[in-house]
Amino acid sequence: MTALLRTLPRLLNVSLLLLTIGTPILKAQQDWVRTGSNLADQRIRLAAADFKPVGGDPQTPLLKASFDATLMSDLANAGIFDMVSKSLLPTATPGAPGEINLATWAATPANASMVAFGALSASNGRLSVYGWVFDAKNPGSPQVLGKQYNEIANQDNARMVAHKFADEIIARLGGGVNGICETKLYFVSSRTGSKEIWVMDYDGQNQHIVTKLGSISLSPRVSPDNSRLAFSSIGKEGWTIRMFSLELGRPVNFPAGIAGGSNLSPAWSGDGTKVAFSSSRSGDPEIWVADASGGNLRKLTAFHGPDVSPTWNPRTNSQIAWVSGRTGLPQIYVMDQDGGNIVRMTDGGYAISPSWSPSGQFLAFSWNRKYGPGAPGGQDIYVMDIASLKWIQLTHDAGSNDFPSWSPDGRHLVFERTVGGHTEIWTMLADGTEQHELTHSGKNFMPNWSWK
Amino acid sequence: MTPRNRVLTCLVLLAAVAGFAGCGKKKVAPLTDSAPPISAPAPIAQLTATPTTITAGDQVVLTWHTSDATNISIDGIGDVPSSGVKTVTPTTSTSYHLVARGEGGSADATTRVTVNPVQVAVAVPQDTSASSMTADEVFRANVQDIFFDYDAYEVRPDAAAALSKAAAYLASNSTVKVLIGGYCDERGSNEYNLTLGQSRANSVKQALVQAGIAENRLRVVSYGKEKPFCTESTEECWQQNRRAGFTIDR
Repeated sequence: MTALLRTLPRLLNVSLLLLTIGTPILKAQQDWVRTGSNLADQRIRLAAADFKPVGGDPQTPLLKASFDATLMSDLANAGIFDMVSKSLLPTATPGAPGEINLATWAATPANASMVAFGALSASNGRLSVYGWVFDAKNPGSPQVLGKQYNEIANQDNARMVAHKFADEIIARLGGGVNGICETKLYFVSSRTGSKEIWVMDYDGQNQHIVTKLGSISLSPRVSPDNSRLAFSSIGKEGWTIRMFSLELGRPVNFPAGIAGGSNLSPAWSGDGTKVAFSSSRSGDPEIWVADASGGNLRKLTAFHGPDVSPTWNPRTNSQIAWVSGRTGLPQIYVMDQDGGNIVRMTDGGYAISPSWSPSGQFLAFSWNRKYGPGAPGGQDIYVMDIASLKWIQLTHDAGSNDFPSWSPDGRHLVFERTVGGHTEIWTMLADGTEQHELTHSGKNFMPNWSWK
Repeated sequence: MTPRNRVLTCLVLLAAVAGFAGCGKKKVAPLTDSAPPISAPAPIAQLTATPTTITAGDQVVLTWHTSDATNISIDGIGDVPSSGVKTVTPTTSTSYHLVARGEGGSADATTRVTVNPVQVAVAVPQDTSASSMTADEVFRANVQDIFFDYDAYEVRPDAAAALSKAAAYLASNSTVKVLIGGYCDERGSNEYNLTLGQSRANSVKQALVQAGIAENRLRVVSYGKEKPFCTESTEECWQQNRRAGFTIDR
């Protein structure tokens, strides 16, 4: 006992040091990025019950399995919930408000604050889902949300309904910010042998090819209204900016993207009226901007050295961040949309691929801060607060990371990671936590998150 | 121990504790786990080719030495003994890549052999070179790759000889048009490298224009890092990729 008493102060000392030196610095660093990206510090403890199967249709079990798994994964991915592990849930599966005993969900071990539950059935080729969210701590008036869905019964719709219900829950419990479960990720994949543009659901499901040009297509950027896809492709005229209508399923004209030289890295303004891109039609690669129709073309930069990878401030549509090699190694710069007020954002290293956050507050980009022959350190994803120039490193000691792109809720980033020659698409929360690999075969890179 | 030393020792201890505490957030593994295993020496690998430049059909001798490795392989050849000699007959320019793995990690070595096309003309007394080599072969023999420094697009002084040879060929073959491709190594983004490749091709075009070649005979295109010549992550390979290459523009 005396021995313990004697060692106790020393133990306390160590843990105090841990608290005072380790945690607060890291926590303070993450605080501003978490606050700015709507990632709540206090997460809501949410239980998602397995939905109750209704009726004896043979399709029901498989549809229910997809629905349950998708709903759980969507809520866990949201970044605002502390999900109750399925193993801690009460064994009963309530299918309607009258069937739930809220006290057992609020009690240990589940300790849920909120419970999502409901019923799912298939009959005559239709999928029918009833879903509720109840406040477990307010048994007098528990209903927070009640929703009903009816779709053709198939696997895609079971996932789609789960995404819709998850987005309702996220919007209701997440401070009114819309969820991202129905958004898409555009990316480049070489799995067919040539680099084509592909699209997948935000969780990596449902991967489809979009372009079939058989050459090299890069830098997909979807328009804010999801109607068109801009990208860069090499052909007889060199690199041109191309437009693909997602509504018509075919290429459409974009005259400004063809006039010679390399035309690269298109970027939509947040209101969808303009496209900025890099073009070397006048000799040196510079940033140009055109109307979305391809007219009214003008040059914004005029400085020797490469200029590429523009991204608009989607909040104001009045500023553009981009990459310039005007002083040697590439750095991130910001300018007004008329080319004035140029400000350099990064202080050195090798900084590329900026993406402007939906709130207008942050730039995400790829940075190798110790770049140079033989120098240690990697190419990692960083987030910078534009007003203060404070930055935080989000990826650590895991391959080479590039092309971050913000989700429309500002809580997530998608990016590419190359490890041992394999390049795949990953997502993470805006504070760098919860990194997930979405693609697993072939080379998949240059992801772009849809605006809605 | 003097008081001063004691203070110093305390500071060092404190710093050590603070250093440990700084990692607290990362869930540091228990100390027993982080104790290093009995360390095996890291493998060492060497690979040389003699000669490094041949004409198609000639032989090259590969010689390699490794130490502290249990598994040694050369890409395209397969598993090999820890040291050895092998004769190869590459028909196109090839990078030989050796990987040596052992308990202490792995090491690799690369050597490159440049293979020039057969120049039948050399053996023929009369000047029938033009007829016995295809137009592409004559072009390739005279207009050769220009190499660049890391993240740079200025033509290096050591490219002067290759550029004047190319200019001389183009001056005496005034119907030939040229496509100049700019290429980059794998480091950095696809987009930035496409602009860098563009600038490299532009620099070479300007150098040829300065040497008197009409601008309308020279077209540039950037391939960035989309079409690498070799794919190893070594400086030797990166240098091969940082270049401007030429083809006849038909």
